[in-house]
Amino acid sequence: MVITARNPVHAVLFLILCFFNVSGLFVLLGAEFLAFMLVIVYAGALSVLFLFIVMMLDIDFSSLRQDMVKYTPISILIAGVLLVELLLLFQGWGGSSHIAGNLSEHPILSSEDMTNTKAIGAVLYTDYVYAFQLSGLVLFVAMIGTITLTLRDTHKAKRQRVSEQTAVKPEDILNIQKVTPGVGM
Amino acid sequence: MDVTLYHYLGLSAILFVLGILGIFINRRNVILILMCIELMLLSVNINFVAFSAYLDDLGGQIFSMFVLTVAAAEAAIGLAILLVFFRNRGSIAVDDVTVMKG
Repeated sequence: MVITARNPVHAVLFLILCFFNVSGLFVLLGAEFLAFMLVIVYAGALSVLFLFIVMMLDIDFSSLRQDMVKYTPISILIAGVLLVELLLLFQGWGGSSHIAGNLSEHPILSSEDMTNTKAIGAVLYTDYVYAFQLSGLVLFVAMIGTITLTLRDTHKAKRQRVSEQTAVKPEDILNIQKVTPGVGM
Repeated sequence: MDVTLYHYLGLSAILFVLGILGIFINRRNVILILMCIELMLLSVNINFVAFSAYLDDLGGQIFSMFVLTVAAAEAAIGLAILLVFFRNRGSIAVDDVTVMKG
């Protein structure tokens, strides 16, 4: 549905639906923190970004889909071959008995008082602290890059020019007048 | 019915193939291509979390979080580039990106 919807807004909405479904699957797997992360980051922020861009760029999307019909058979063929390959791989590999256990019967955390979020935090801030900092840096660079790319330099923007301010002399801006009494300026 | 690791892997494979198919079908629409990339990264995330649950190891979930971070950064930068491109050219078709052709 994401890839076949005529209207890109519908495609984004289907993408949000897909994110919610996967988040539910993550809850079933016992990864609650990641599930809520997915809802917040993807469904909350990213999809709104996509929707914003789709609605802001007022584009005639129907003209972009003209050659869709021409390439559909070959693309479906390629995708089908890839899917069958992957499924056969998993089937042959998962046929062995040790993989066929019920996943929900093996919770990640054995003790009751240790939640998933707690466990992730305990690992993330100790073993993976450098990777965590690096991901923060990646986000920071992405933020700076996005702002630099999209910031339009307007001439109406008022900026402080420090060099001119500090280089100003008193005689440039100060005008001393002698005012005689009773006459005024 | 037991939900095994195989089902999660199968779902992830289907989602990944759908993403690839979407890129093939919507070859000219950059926004949809970005959305398909998000779909593929999501399927990779499913793989990571399924294996993390299966192996009782939190490393998969940690890495899945990093994948999520990179996906968010990539989407933000991609959409920003798209915005600048649309301002310059008034179109977002992939075929129009020929300015730097040698």
